[in-house]
Amino acid sequence: MTAGSQTTDDTTPLLQVDDLAVHFHINRGLFRSNDVVRAVDGVSFTLNRSETLGIVGESGCGKSTLGRAVLQLLKPSQGSVVWLGQDLTKADTETMRRLRKDLQIIFQDPLASLDPRMTIGDIIDEPLMTHFPELSRSERRERVRSIMDRVGLREQMINRYPHEFSGGQAQRIGIARAMILSPQLIVCDEPVSALDVSIQAQIVNLLTHLQREFALSLVFISHDLSVVRHISHRIAVMYLGKLVEIADRNALFAKQHHPYTKALISAVPVPDPRVERSRQRVVLVGDLPSPIDPPSGCRFRTRCPIAQAPEIQKVCATAEPPLTEVAPGHRAACHFWQQA
Amino acid sequence: MTADSLSAPAAAPVRGRSLWDDALRRLLRNRAAVTAAVTLLMLAAVCLIGPLLSPHAIDQVYWDRLSLDAAAPSWDHWFGNDANGRDLMVRVFYGGQISLMVGLTATFVALIIGVTWGATAGFMGGQVDNIMMRIVDVMYSLPFMFFVILLMVFFGRNIFLIFVAIGAVEWLDMARIVRGQTLSLKRREFIEAARAAGVGTATIIRRHILPNTLGPVVVYTTLAVPKVILLESFISFLGLGVQEPLTSWGVLISEGAKEMETAPWMLIWPAIFLAISLFCLNFVGDGVRDALDPRDR
Amino acid sequence: MTSLDSVPETAPLLAVDRLNTRFDTPEGEVAAVNDVSFTIQPGETIGIVGESGSGKSQVFLSIMGLLAINGRATGSVRFRGEEVLGIPRQRLNRIRGRHMSMIFQDPMTSLNPYLKVSQQLNEVLMQHMGLGQREATKRSIAMLDLVRIPEASRRIDMYPHEFSGGMRQRVMIAMALLCQPGLLIADEPTTALDVTVQAQILDVMEDLRCELQTAIVLITHDMGVIARLSDRVMVMYGGRVVETGPVQALFDHPQHPYTAGLLRAMPRVDRHGTSELYVIPGQPPNLQYLPAGCAYQDRCPHVHDRCLGDVPPLIATAPGRAKACFLDQIHSDA
Repeated sequence: MTAGSQTTDDTTPLLQVDDLAVHFHINRGLFRSNDVVRAVDGVSFTLNRSETLGIVGESGCGKSTLGRAVLQLLKPSQGSVVWLGQDLTKADTETMRRLRKDLQIIFQDPLASLDPRMTIGDIIDEPLMTHFPELSRSERRERVRSIMDRVGLREQMINRYPHEFSGGQAQRIGIARAMILSPQLIVCDEPVSALDVSIQAQIVNLLTHLQREFALSLVFISHDLSVVRHISHRIAVMYLGKLVEIADRNALFAKQHHPYTKALISAVPVPDPRVERSRQRVVLVGDLPSPIDPPSGCRFRTRCPIAQAPEIQKVCATAEPPLTEVAPGHRAACHFWQQA
Repeated sequence: MTADSLSAPAAAPVRGRSLWDDALRRLLRNRAAVTAAVTLLMLAAVCLIGPLLSPHAIDQVYWDRLSLDAAAPSWDHWFGNDANGRDLMVRVFYGGQISLMVGLTATFVALIIGVTWGATAGFMGGQVDNIMMRIVDVMYSLPFMFFVILLMVFFGRNIFLIFVAIGAVEWLDMARIVRGQTLSLKRREFIEAARAAGVGTATIIRRHILPNTLGPVVVYTTLAVPKVILLESFISFLGLGVQEPLTSWGVLISEGAKEMETAPWMLIWPAIFLAISLFCLNFVGDGVRDALDPRDR
Repeated sequence: MTSLDSVPETAPLLAVDRLNTRFDTPEGEVAAVNDVSFTIQPGETIGIVGESGSGKSQVFLSIMGLLAINGRATGSVRFRGEEVLGIPRQRLNRIRGRHMSMIFQDPMTSLNPYLKVSQQLNEVLMQHMGLGQREATKRSIAMLDLVRIPEASRRIDMYPHEFSGGMRQRVMIAMALLCQPGLLIADEPTTALDVTVQAQILDVMEDLRCELQTAIVLITHDMGVIARLSDRVMVMYGGRVVETGPVQALFDHPQHPYTAGLLRAMPRVDRHGTSELYVIPGQPPNLQYLPAGCAYQDRCPHVHDRCLGDVPPLIATAPGRAKACFLDQIHSDA
């Protein structure tokens, strides 16, 4: 269903997400109606082998929910997630548990993602122990050591507890845990957002190296467009649960066909005063609408610079723009993409 | 956030340790906890062995000391005698056996049931949680005395029933505490990480949830032991628990309280024993809690 | 872009001299701020950049008398020529809020959820300026207009939870500016906000700076935000100022290896760099065990013997520029 350029030898993509939706029901007490939050609503994309797909968007756009739904950590309300020809949404518990060997995740808050009462060695060992119980303790320890070495942790740290580590080191532990089973896909949920700039670069480079070395596919979720631009091959932009634009990295930064993408890129400050102060900026009006009651038609229309004209507003308010191909491999969901 | 101290010696292969190894090591390093544990063990030993060495029997009445004026501690009766002229020391020791046994066993039973129940309810959530916690609510609303009397009627009077009765009530609090803890732990990312690694539900509860609820559980346990000991004396006071000539610290204290003005020793001795053991329990509890928390150094 | 009329020859608004801040912790003393000296001129915007633990926030919490109870600050801080460090609380209260005000990272927790916005704004005006209710409300609405809160006169009677995050931060800015203070300290004002909202807030701050002639201290870890808004930059590391200078010059020719490294380690949204990011190796220093000598020694590519023993002093290298490094010059390819 995509026309993205397939560079891998295999014609079927590694991961194919089709019309995926996650709806949360909020129960507001006994006598009030149930509200539904459409955190992710009809998202489709594919991911190839050794490819990094960046997913960007602001808080509340559903990017983290999407990542968890792909891994079946949250139950999708509709749609399918096809992994190597198998629909994960229909897989039974046992099958899913086996498949998890290939599907891993790295979290935003590195310290919160480590059990404070387990040693580093045990934390990294846990996936191994779960999937290869037949291995002896010393064999497992050996593998733990070698992966610790690979991600830049010293062997002496194996008996330490998470609280003894700084954020950057804790994130390396999280990466080691995700890598120990040699997975094929890692969902990185804001893996560097909580880190200092100097540490962020270390982790980004580590992920890039690991990806090349092990032919990993990454879904890199972040609100930081600078980092996403650096690390991704393709980028998907989300707004209020919808995919609004998806394209190759270079194509997307060369020309944005959705006004939201344009605004998002122009809003990121550039660390160069001369450039930063002379930039043309698209400043959006207003705030993110509530995902409980999103605007009709195009969800972006309330803040859209194009949709301010009344005759355009009418179109945007009635019809939801489909994700259309605006250039080979470049899709955008805007009625007026030619004007963007 | 301590940075890694580079002081760790670059010894050849570092052996892996678990939380429990580390906890034991830390516990043994905690002088207050070790002292308290030793004291508690000695106290228990005295209560067990004391009666065997004593020339007095638990139910032997010394007629010459029947009057409280003549029952004060003396060379023959170190702790004095009670209102019935029996040797208080032997009674305190026997009482200790009962009280410690009831206190520790009932609490242990409550601990096992409560923690398992609470962690399961909290982690499963949804309907399972709803049903399990409603059961707890129903048990709460049953009048305790009614429950005890019911047990007595069906099974007759039996010291074992005290454990059952008390345990059946105590685990409710524990279940609620653990469930609350579990609910907040469940949302933490390390639980999600374990799920993403394919770890099964039972293993997640055992490996991640339980060790992280231990802090409040241990504290609650040390608070539960005195509560249980007093609860037992209340049951006994109503004539449903320990019966004469057997006794317990709770019973001795309530008897002593009645004669406080004329025979203060009757209150003081059992009170000292109870206080020391509770004091020690608190230290041991704190020590265990700290030992299990790697953040505490 | 920079306000040219603020001639640096006038008396400084704020003069900080050898400020030291220490925290007593159970593990020992933590040296959060070490010998920091700088001045701020009226109307200028100074950006303070550094990573967590660099002491950038603690400097200004010390100045505002807002340190945690285990912290103490020594040295001298003069505001309009008057010493403010260690003065009685009552005296300090008359200065802060009225002449110096501060906004924080989290706009969610900085407002009282049980009071209407109008009450919280008016309180400031009535207390510091002695205004009556009616006059205060008028001023508050005008200020909310200024920070571009739509329908300010209606919204002022709402409670904080009825505002979005970006709006709340604007309310905080409005509150901080109500008494037209000479100095506004903004501690990571946009870090908790989304980029599109951040852009709105930065726009507002940019306008206000021209309009009100308030000196702004912008504390942030984001070099991009600094580039956008500040006239002058101060880079902090390990509780010390390691480099300071006019914004354009500092970004074009950083003189301290840390500044240079930081600028190169940041991926940029406006261009695609090399496939590899430049990396500053190692971890930020532990403020409890700062090494003798330069705090950056473990991570510096140019480290030599002298850096291990002596702390490099902050020395002027050009008018308005200074660095704390023994190195004569650094090469951008380092």
